[in-house]
Amino acid sequence: MPLPLLVPAVVAVAFLVLPLVGLVVRTPWSDLGPQLTSPGVGEALRLSLVSATLATAVSLVLGVPLAWVLARSRIRGRGVLRALVTVPLVLPPVVGGVALFLVLGRQGIVGRWLDEAFGLTIPFTTTAVVIAETFVAMPFLVISVEGALRAADARYEEAAATLGADRWTTFRRVTLPMVAPGVAAGAVLCWARALGEFGATITFAGNFPGTTQTMPLAVYLALQRDPESAIVLSLVLLAVSLATLLLLRGRWLGRAGAAP
Amino acid sequence: MELDVDVADGEVLAVLGPNGAGKSTLLRVLAGLLPPDDGRVEVDGEPWDDVAAGVHLPPHRRRLGMVFQDHLLFPHLSVTDNVAFGLRTRGAGRREARAAAAAWLARVELADLGARRPGQLSGGQAQRVALARALAGDPALLLLDEPLSALDARTRLTVRAELRRHLGEFRGSTVLVTHDPIDAMALADRVLVVEEGRVVQAGAPAEVARHPRTDYVARLVGLSLLPGTGEGTTVRLDGGGRVTVAGETAGPVLVAVRPESVALWPVRPEGSPRNTWPVRLAGATPHGATVRCELEGEVPLLADVTAAAFAEMGLAPGAQLWATVKASEIAVYER
Repeated sequence: MPLPLLVPAVVAVAFLVLPLVGLVVRTPWSDLGPQLTSPGVGEALRLSLVSATLATAVSLVLGVPLAWVLARSRIRGRGVLRALVTVPLVLPPVVGGVALFLVLGRQGIVGRWLDEAFGLTIPFTTTAVVIAETFVAMPFLVISVEGALRAADARYEEAAATLGADRWTTFRRVTLPMVAPGVAAGAVLCWARALGEFGATITFAGNFPGTTQTMPLAVYLALQRDPESAIVLSLVLLAVSLATLLLLRGRWLGRAGAAP
Repeated sequence: MELDVDVADGEVLAVLGPNGAGKSTLLRVLAGLLPPDDGRVEVDGEPWDDVAAGVHLPPHRRRLGMVFQDHLLFPHLSVTDNVAFGLRTRGAGRREARAAAAAWLARVELADLGARRPGQLSGGQAQRVALARALAGDPALLLLDEPLSALDARTRLTVRAELRRHLGEFRGSTVLVTHDPIDAMALADRVLVVEEGRVVQAGAPAEVARHPRTDYVARLVGLSLLPGTGEGTTVRLDGGGRVTVAGETAGPVLVAVRPESVALWPVRPEGSPRNTWPVRLAGATPHGATVRCELEGEVPLLADVTAAAFAEMGLAPGAQLWATVKASEIAVYER
């Protein structure tokens, strides 16, 4: 192997892996039990898992149809549409949080109407957490599913049409099952992104233990107060992420990678 | 591509032509997958496309079945569910559709493969399942897009025979697109030859095979085609040279010579028949049990000789030879 490639590659591995090793090394293993069972941790973890899962569900329900529109429809301005909906991918999450606040906050365009008409207030609730996470994570799912749809052979859909299937039936019975690995891969990416979401959440939903304080927020807060507890919380997040990766890699991601 | 086609109930029309001639476009228009620029498609008195009247029936509302070159069986469904697919979309219940699918699988002699996935089938089996899937919905129009060309030679033979049987039982109209003249001859009641988007010849398969009108068709059916002008029992060829034929002709004609009726001689044969021409061997390829020789000269011909004769004469490209054909073996018809 040529050195100009090998050396940077080794440095890259060290750069990516060493911090995680450092985290494991610095973990106060003897103190782990009490730290993990302290009330705040369980609460934050549960909130994180529930809101990330809800955000992924919302992303699936809305994002898969959006991906289909981007990949299969012949509407005009598709390129512009794709650029628009992927903005959250590159947007700093804090900016996303501010934008959500301006729209859905009490004085926001939609928020004021929701407040007056239904008495609904979104900011600083668990709903706000899910909305913030969905905003940031859904583009990952859309991009992933759109890629899978583009890679799938559209002639199967033509074959379905000659067998009497309208486009909705074709989507349900042919397209979706054929891109299922891509959808699963997109959902995992989306879930992982939602789980780690920090900026948009703290801006739009605040940092209230029990309702909006997810794991990343808890880690940030703990680091200022009690570094040991921050390490433990980080370790939990690392474990959850690794477990997700290992659990799904063999079953879905591996197959998605092998698909043409 | 512009053409005018009528297919009767129970009739099989083969559209034969080189790649890029617009054959697949025709099928896509008939299937409704591609709206025509202009014209009408009508099946059983029902307009499927009428550009002037603004009618375009989407594919899923057309009563048709289509078989694709690479079968396009849904990889995530079992063989039975593939065949049942069209029945389900057209309103049959799951159990009813599966029972009908099983019956169709029995008809293509694959009754015991229903639980398999398409990926576990051989090419020939997959194409038979695709045929069952297309026919199961009782279509008014069956479209076959190069149904045999992805199969190996031996499988093609058996699937072709089976396809022929099913087409014989099928009551609707069939349009078969192929670039293989044997498929067209074996399966069709009528052949349409298209080149560069237009019809160059139409007729019964035997007629097209005997009397090709263009070089493309002649090459397909393995004939040498020589255009010329009839003067009694002599045809003066456009490329120079004369051919003696059995019947009287006049005016522009086509002369067709079968390769197996051409005899080759190393020296000019004694008391030679009138159709004797000097030729040069341009190329030779094995063709079944014989060798097909491509001959150049005033009268360009194809000739089939046995491998033994080919070896005996010590033939090599560039060899100077004499070719003879009996007048009675030559087909001549109006251009």
